[in-house]
Amino acid sequence: MINFEYARASDVADAIRRKAADPAAKFIAGGTNLLDLMKDDVERPPRLIDISRLPLTSVEQTAGGGVLIGALVPNSDLAYHPLIQRRYPLLSSAILAGASQQLRNMASTGGNLMQRTRCAYFYDVATPCNKREPDSGCSAIEGINRGHAILGTSTSCIATHPSDMCVALAALDANVHVAGPKGGRVMPLTDFHRLPGDTPQTDSNLGPEEIITGVELPSPGFAQNYSYLKIRDRLSYAFALVSVAAALELDGDTIKDARLALGGVAHKPWRDKAAESALRGAGADEAAFGRAAELLLHGARAHKHNAFKIKLAHRAIVRTLTQAAMATPQSQSIKKIR
Amino acid sequence: MGASGDASTIPAPPRMTVKLTVNGIPTALHVAPWTTLLDALRDHLDLTGTKKGCDHGQCGACTVLVDGRRINSCLTLAVMKDGASVTTIEGLEKDGVLHPLQQAFIDHDAFQCGYCTSGQICSAVGLISEGKARTADEIRELMSGNLCRCGAYPNIVAAIQQAMKHS
Repeated sequence: MINFEYARASDVADAIRRKAADPAAKFIAGGTNLLDLMKDDVERPPRLIDISRLPLTSVEQTAGGGVLIGALVPNSDLAYHPLIQRRYPLLSSAILAGASQQLRNMASTGGNLMQRTRCAYFYDVATPCNKREPDSGCSAIEGINRGHAILGTSTSCIATHPSDMCVALAALDANVHVAGPKGGRVMPLTDFHRLPGDTPQTDSNLGPEEIITGVELPSPGFAQNYSYLKIRDRLSYAFALVSVAAALELDGDTIKDARLALGGVAHKPWRDKAAESALRGAGADEAAFGRAAELLLHGARAHKHNAFKIKLAHRAIVRTLTQAAMATPQSQSIKKIR
Repeated sequence: MGASGDASTIPAPPRMTVKLTVNGIPTALHVAPWTTLLDALRDHLDLTGTKKGCDHGQCGACTVLVDGRRINSCLTLAVMKDGASVTTIEGLEKDGVLHPLQQAFIDHDAFQCGYCTSGQICSAVGLISEGKARTADEIRELMSGNLCRCGAYPNIVAAIQQAMKHS
């Protein structure tokens, strides 16, 4: 870790001013990812702007019937918040599938969106990585790529976004509230993260002088028929090989509305409206779920070690949709997959 | 390093004053901004019960309670915790009597080498006060941030169950 200066922002406007004054500075909130990256010299900010004390810690109902989550609400508080548990249990479940309780106590809502890939080559400064050092090359494409992306990859980068929370937020049509020198704006979470293309160093569409202030959930919470299923190498405290967020609105056995998002397979939470359209109006059965899986995985492309992910994702999608349809969501403490 | 004038060449910023209440005792520290809470506890306050395992938030050996919540002290800066109350393993016993979790770990032989134990116990104190774990499955899941390379997990779960009965 290099030497750096530290300052505490007094309010959101002050945070934005400080960032504009030093574009190389970084905001720090929970610190769980940034300090880890700084210890490995992947991130080398000359200045940290501590935003952890800004008043962005509430979870409130909005006039439109949704919920606005402050950017600094810790992951654990959000997962256990009564409003989230009751109305958006898919989000609670996804959060509790990620990290450990200590980390969830520290990590913020906004920071979860901003966390960087856990690609081992990104972390290893001795190896080329286009995300860490633009135009240096990608070590994963010809390297050990078992955990890497199968969708939306480029010839520059095959890293995945590591978040579980964001997969649920994508499925729930969440919007991200940001503030910058020119005022505030709102963007869909599905537009917040970007695909690597030939600029994998840029993870998101957040401007360099902008700050996340909150995440808004629209009213539909799919609290009856949902499931978050995470497949990983050990039963807890590991990143996803494949994860699935599924939410259904049923009319008897017929699907009225459907949401489906994948984690662990792309540079961003992966959603495809075609897969969800195919589910709408269909019967809630394995055939329909299989067709949706095929559509969602359309264009999936494996590298040397991760071909298994395509079939795994297909099966996980069908299983998660089945759990959602049966109103038997995956437990995050009893690990047996039913 | 250095010739390009990159960030590594900036002079060391002055130390900052951080006020903490550690195990009930108010303390003022003068630390560099990059001092983690873990290093502040171990190197500045000689509270070496809190262990540095991986130093990357992957093992849980550095778990302490900050304002009553369990966190990884290796992944936070001391300057960020100015004004906070910190409880470490050294602060759990009261008047020479072990904390019920400390006693339960002894009763159940819930360790071998002991390196993860202070983190396990602080984590379990947090777990019990959170009140989210009732079953063994829930204890295992909510303790998954604390690794034990000796594999004492079954006894750790039993020790926590014993302490939960008396909490």
